[in-house]
Amino acid sequence: MKNQKINYLKFTFLLALLMITNVSCERDLSDDAQLSTFSKTPEVFIDGFSAGLGYGAFGGSKYTAFQVDSQVKYAGTASMRFDVPNAGDPNGDFAGGVFIDATGRDLSDYDALTFWAKASQGATINEVGFGADFGLDKYKISMKNISIATSWQKYVIPIPDASKLTREKGMFWYAEGPENGLGYSFWIDNLKYEKLGNIAHGQASILNGINKTETTFVGVNSTVDGVIATFNLGTGINQSVTITPSYLEFTSSNPSVATVNASGIVTSLSAGTSVITAKFKGVATAGSLTINCVGVFVSAPIPTRNPANVISLFSNAYTNVPVNYYNGYWAPWQTTVSNDFSVQGDDVLNYTIFNFVGIEFSNPTINATAMTGVHLDAFIPGVVAPGRQLRVIVVNFGANGVFGGGDDTRHSTTYTAPTLVSQNWISIEIPFSAMPNLGSRSNLAQLILEGGDGSVLYVDNIYFYN
Amino acid sequence: MNKNNNIIKKTFLFAGILSLLLGCSTDEKQTVVTMTNLVMQDEFDVNGAPNSAYWGFDIGTGPNSNGWGNNELQYYTDRPENVKVLDGMLQITAKREIYLGSQYTSAKILSKGKFNQKHGRFEARIKMPWGQGLWPAFWLLGSNIDQVGWPQCGEIDIMEYRGQAPTVTNAAVHGPGYAGANAISKSYDLINQRLDTDFHIYGAEWGENYINFYIDDVLFKQITPEDVTGEWVFENPFYMILNLAVGGSYVGPPNGETSFPQIMYVDYIRVYN
Repeated sequence: MKNQKINYLKFTFLLALLMITNVSCERDLSDDAQLSTFSKTPEVFIDGFSAGLGYGAFGGSKYTAFQVDSQVKYAGTASMRFDVPNAGDPNGDFAGGVFIDATGRDLSDYDALTFWAKASQGATINEVGFGADFGLDKYKISMKNISIATSWQKYVIPIPDASKLTREKGMFWYAEGPENGLGYSFWIDNLKYEKLGNIAHGQASILNGINKTETTFVGVNSTVDGVIATFNLGTGINQSVTITPSYLEFTSSNPSVATVNASGIVTSLSAGTSVITAKFKGVATAGSLTINCVGVFVSAPIPTRNPANVISLFSNAYTNVPVNYYNGYWAPWQTTVSNDFSVQGDDVLNYTIFNFVGIEFSNPTINATAMTGVHLDAFIPGVVAPGRQLRVIVVNFGANGVFGGGDDTRHSTTYTAPTLVSQNWISIEIPFSAMPNLGSRSNLAQLILEGGDGSVLYVDNIYFYN
Repeated sequence: MNKNNNIIKKTFLFAGILSLLLGCSTDEKQTVVTMTNLVMQDEFDVNGAPNSAYWGFDIGTGPNSNGWGNNELQYYTDRPENVKVLDGMLQITAKREIYLGSQYTSAKILSKGKFNQKHGRFEARIKMPWGQGLWPAFWLLGSNIDQVGWPQCGEIDIMEYRGQAPTVTNAAVHGPGYAGANAISKSYDLINQRLDTDFHIYGAEWGENYINFYIDDVLFKQITPEDVTGEWVFENPFYMILNLAVGGSYVGPPNGETSFPQIMYVDYIRVYN
């Protein structure tokens, strides 16, 4: 499948197709029996669902994509068949779902999930894996871009660390969209866990192997993601899988500055620097996260104006009107890159490498005729160099409601020291009466900030008021 | 005329009767080795350079500077970074480094002129390196090579390994009319065990008109004069070679996923008759 982003992860999921078969032939256990572990049954699907197995399709997928096929099979009497829909199929434009063991199984004896597969045409399956359980997905892994052919071949999904899987419910999951817009069918058979004994040299990376640096404030969370593990299979092939941070052990070099939990969530606690690293089965991973916590973040003063008197573009105190963007990335001269953050519920616009930036709200434009001014709060964390300016430009798109056309007007207001200070919120209020070049304010559409020197500027609480 | 086959048959028969008497066991172990008189051993117990009483070195890229006839990529040296004995193991280390015109260095030791034997059992316990393009080997050459040349001198490959096929060992014989691509060879795939994560025992038991190849407790090939398409040239003394090549026609070059350095570990060499 190409070019199509699958948003299934963003959907809340419905269990549309639940097929639970109970084909167990065991005698009942006596009341005295004590189960010391969960079932170690390795078979997931051989000629039918293994005992306790259920299936649920992902929300947004075509629920009827999966069925058991007794005509086409690798071996035995049946296989699993997946009919991938065409792009644009009103019943769902991808096939995907999860095979779950409701109780959970002990997979710690195994080192791989294997299956045989073929398709009605050559194709590349987006993702398969295990550990997705319609719950926390704590040990979920994903093997991506699996090349599938029209003849049966065996596939091996390495288990990164089986010792973690003492009670795993997510036996298998898959997701596949159409190939070049067209649906097709693929089959999977003899899906089971195995101890192959020939998988070795596992190594992992965090943050895709990159040494990343983040600037944070006290109370801000950062995430370690981009976790990939690579194994050498018995065939000599190196197979990579995307895994969750739960397979790793994390360390913070300076726990008083930042802590990291077992899921790779980093919390900044105090000013300073800490390096977050990880180990996979005792071996250091590639990649690291350096946290530069600059200290406690002082929020801008909370606006006190009555919401009835405010048209808000960006503030947690008000309901914001639609805004096209808070950074237009106007090439080629703009250097400003956004790195917005949120500290304890307060969202802040963070403009880095700031020279200028445009905020646009033209869909629809704003009629501020009833308003008397514009307000914004600005914060300069770094030094205010001599001669530094901050210019605030309000733009009206005129009667035609779009940029250009000869009816646009704008007014620029310049601020310098002593208004501009370092390390303190600067409250800027400009009455419309002080912006004569603006003229009309019936189709306000842009707020432009200019005058950075490549440094950092925080902005909050942008609104029109009366 | 095959004395040893009779011994093997009798051993099987005995083992079969024993199994019947014991009842439960269905395991029929083949007889892998019969020669048990230890003649020579190197346990690699003394740290430092390999014992010069047994081993010399091949240096460079071959007499014709063509990667020893196989387009191998390494320059063989006798430096400790490429070959040394440490903590009870011989370590032959392949390194990726520019050295005298080659992109890799490694080592090749041989008992030529120091120890050779006609017939016998030659065995080594080895742990392989890992990755595409690594080519370790444990093999024998006829000690008359300087007089009659190769392949007339004969070559017995007890173990050859491709780093990108971590479960497979390969054995072969070369001789006049059956050399190079036409060698008589046999592969054995352990399937569920890797040769680069654990030590395994590689050996050949060689007698009059036969050579048996084994790995651990599996005899996987017997070669006799009927199997070779030319003169049987295995009635002379042969010497031993241990080496780790990088790239070459047998294995292809390393790729972006091959990590260096890579080490071939040899726990011991033992020769019996």
